[in-house]
Amino acid sequence: MKLSLKEKSVLPGFGLSLGYTVLALSLIVLIPLSALVLRSSELGLAGFIDTLRHPRVLASFQITFLSAFKAALINVVLGVTVAWFLVRGRFPLKRLADALVDLPFALPTAVSGIALTTLFAPNGMLGSALGKLGIKVAFTPTGIMVAMIFIGLPFVIRSVQPALADLNKELEEASRSLGASRFQTLLRVVLPLLSPAILSGFTLAFSRALGEYGSVVFIAGNMPMKTEIASLLIITKLEQFDYAGAAAVAVALLSLSLLAILLINLLQARTTRYLGN
Amino acid sequence: MNNLPSKDVGALENLLLSGAALSIIGLLIVLPLGVVLKEAFAGGLKLWLESVGDPDARSAIKLTLAVTAVVVPLNVVFGVAAAWALSKFRFKGRSLLLSLVDLPFAVSPVIAGLIFILLFGRHGWMGTWLTDHHIRIVFAVPGIILATLFVTFPFVARELIPLMTEQGSEEEQAALSLGATGWQTFLKVTLPNIKWGLLYGIILCNARAMGEFGAVSVVSGHIRGETNTLPLQVEVLYNEYSFTASFACASLLAGLAIVTLILKTFVELKSGRDAA
Repeated sequence: MKLSLKEKSVLPGFGLSLGYTVLALSLIVLIPLSALVLRSSELGLAGFIDTLRHPRVLASFQITFLSAFKAALINVVLGVTVAWFLVRGRFPLKRLADALVDLPFALPTAVSGIALTTLFAPNGMLGSALGKLGIKVAFTPTGIMVAMIFIGLPFVIRSVQPALADLNKELEEASRSLGASRFQTLLRVVLPLLSPAILSGFTLAFSRALGEYGSVVFIAGNMPMKTEIASLLIITKLEQFDYAGAAAVAVALLSLSLLAILLINLLQARTTRYLGN
Repeated sequence: MNNLPSKDVGALENLLLSGAALSIIGLLIVLPLGVVLKEAFAGGLKLWLESVGDPDARSAIKLTLAVTAVVVPLNVVFGVAAAWALSKFRFKGRSLLLSLVDLPFAVSPVIAGLIFILLFGRHGWMGTWLTDHHIRIVFAVPGIILATLFVTFPFVARELIPLMTEQGSEEEQAALSLGATGWQTFLKVTLPNIKWGLLYGIILCNARAMGEFGAVSVVSGHIRGETNTLPLQVEVLYNEYSFTASFACASLLAGLAIVTLILKTFVELKSGRDAA
């Protein structure tokens, strides 16, 4: 038998399409990304660690990861509610509401950024109301979280919605007929079945929030050590011509977010397997 | 239809559910959109027209359209080529290539901009050579195109790959066995089958290309009238406290977002994509 890298096919164009794909991918994505890794390695391991151990860098990672995590958790609650409504609720303009859910994807992030800032500023529509309750949003860590909630919400909704629509109604009916209350059925039957979809929505929202820049940077206030996100710190380092430092922060942000996604994917695989048994 | 005593969702439950969901959509999605329009027209229609017609704003609009006109067709060619190779053939390294195509989605926009500075910036790898030959890539239009290309790279491909994998290649094999050439098969058989998916990808790619902020912000240099795209113009004006002018430019982008959502919904209905 001849050893072959490709299964036989009568369709033409394999070499051309694969060649073009690999070429374009290398030129636009892979070679530029490798520049990032190589550039940060100029610092040497000690220099790399020193850059990352700087208090300002550590503070920016803490605020970025913590806000992204909280925002993704809140998005799970909000997103499941909206998905539930879109699948099972009755409302005349439901189709419109469904289309609007994708707005955070479609609205350029700079526009979301200035709109959220205007809304939540101390003299803004929501900001002044919250201010009376003693809650400050714009130019605080809460503001960062609000922007991350905005940008991540559609991910949870669009992950949970199809899973909820496909959910086997018979399981719920069985649970109800065996005497479980609606609430018990929700908690013990429905939510566990939805958990892989919820986890995947959480991951998508979380990883988007980690790298988000445009919608966060206006509302954040950008105070070093307090409300400076990791993406902004990269830009600050670039503006000081500290290319290797910017590359080091970028490599750390990228690897940490890939690691987080990997961990959640493993967790998701385990949940799916558990549910499958 | 339903023999069970309890309805799908009871009236009270439906009221609570709808109330909660609509408040979330209203507060988090409709309100920010409303603020953009309210602030944009806060000074009246005349001021809006003046802001949008300002020479810097006009040049930002032109640059945004020009960049999009280059980026979208390039990504369509890439998307179709990648989908053809990855969905019609099985080969070693296919799954690796599949994840690499999606890679730009995992990269923060700021990092997407940074990598091109590291390559082509004055202190970048090719910086000296480019300066000697008087070629400007970053802080100029080519850099903006490269960064936009990077962030929108997977859009068309990731719409087409699952679609074409699901469709298989039986129809193409039939056309070929009846004597059609490769290109004829592609144009007459494959393309009609994937047109809605392709259009969907183009709509999303176009919206992102016109609205990209983070990556472009890093490579543009913010030169007014030269390297400011429309989203950057929004930022510059906002940071100068020219709020009405900034929101006027932002309202154009919000209009783009609304058109995108309408087209997207239309394509979903046309292609029978089950969105609801």
